[in-house]
Amino acid sequence: MTAPITITGSASIDGTPIFSGLDLTLAPQKWTCLLGASGVGKSTVLRLFAGLTEGVTFDGTLHVPDRVALMAQRDLLLPWLSVFDNVMVGARLRGERPDRDRAAERLAQVGLSDHADKLPAALSGGQRQRVALARTLMEDRDVVLLDEPFSALDALTRAQMQDLTAELLTDRTVLLVTHDPAEAARLGHTITIMTPSGRIDVPAPTTPIPRALNAPEVLHAQTDLFDRLRSPL
Amino acid sequence: MTGWRAGIAATCLAIAIWQGVIWATGVARFILPPPTLVAQTIWDSRALLAEHALITMSEVLIGFVLGGVLGFISAIGLVASPTARALVRPILVFSQSIPVFALAPILTLWLGFGLGSKIAMALIIIYFPVTSSFFDALMRTNRDWIGLAQVMGAHPARIMWHIRVPAALPGFASGLRLAAVYAPIGAIIGEWVGASKGLGYLMLLANGRAKTDLMFAALIVLAILTVLMHAGVNRLCERFFDRPDEP
Repeated sequence: MTAPITITGSASIDGTPIFSGLDLTLAPQKWTCLLGASGVGKSTVLRLFAGLTEGVTFDGTLHVPDRVALMAQRDLLLPWLSVFDNVMVGARLRGERPDRDRAAERLAQVGLSDHADKLPAALSGGQRQRVALARTLMEDRDVVLLDEPFSALDALTRAQMQDLTAELLTDRTVLLVTHDPAEAARLGHTITIMTPSGRIDVPAPTTPIPRALNAPEVLHAQTDLFDRLRSPL
Repeated sequence: MTGWRAGIAATCLAIAIWQGVIWATGVARFILPPPTLVAQTIWDSRALLAEHALITMSEVLIGFVLGGVLGFISAIGLVASPTARALVRPILVFSQSIPVFALAPILTLWLGFGLGSKIAMALIIIYFPVTSSFFDALMRTNRDWIGLAQVMGAHPARIMWHIRVPAALPGFASGLRLAAVYAPIGAIIGEWVGASKGLGYLMLLANGRAKTDLMFAALIVLAILTVLMHAGVNRLCERFFDRPDEP
């Protein structure tokens, strides 16, 4: 698990180049934030790490563990399963015996024990995303891929979800794809901007995550990121 | 309950028009019997009608269940195997261009005058709508669900059974709702072509003997049974297959 997680190479979808000459390494047990404009290929990078290569032509090398966990912008809860069953869906899909005690523990960690028997439709957007987080934790992988998991939430819920996720995913190797500079400034140990011409590493604050929204170093990093995103090289 | 009230009101309106046409045109009762006479006939011949209705309904229900099961399995097979899809789908579509009426004599020849040929007719007539609506729903599975399941290490068969099939059940339900109305058509066609029992047979028999009132009675019993069947299937689908729309 200490083997570095890297991607080098180029990718295209249906002959259209998505990115080329990319060289990205995820620092073990740290949060790497990947920023960039829409269409620059952030999500493709994440999908390649996830092994979802359908439709993508990738030319290069990829080092990533066989099993990773994925959390997306949409919660992807199955509407016909209870919250509790949604948390355990991974085991069910692999044909394993679900660990009910651990699932209950995970649900407690995200503060939704009282909602275990409800259907997802009965929950708010923020609660649903917490269930998705519990499901991600249930997978218990060293590498966790987060594809803009907070972008559909309102500001307050988003801040709470960021705190909770950072707290529960410490010591994991996390790739967070986002287009929110504030989010990157709060959560990234390493911050990288993807541009059509290559990768720009941006110095991240060195304080532990999740950082306070109004901490000076966070505000500073946020402004810095804004400037760089507005005028990419 | 407005549905019920509207239904009753529509029925009353239809009967009123029916009676109105008779008063207005003075048409002979062996051409168009009045509603009261048909009601009288339904009551007087209730034993006869019940006997034949039971036969027709057995054909319809067995055909419905078999067609539903077969459609369910076929749709999954077609979705799971691109080869099957490429080979079988054109055949399925082609088969729809054959009028079911044309098949009825052949089925009677092969399966005889009994229940078998009528069950086969009901089955054939509902197989396509059930298969096709379930298949379409299966093909529309949210790709992100499938992607997540793949990341979780799920085998395709498990993705099918735990994600695609449950997600597509509302589509299966709409196929079944159509089937509930189509299946009686298949059974009646089968009975017209060759039978010694059933409401379709009874209608032909009554027609041959100029008993128009009995023909209408059989027709109305058939219509009522079809409506009840549709309502029953609808309830079952609501209970087991439908789900509220996701935000």
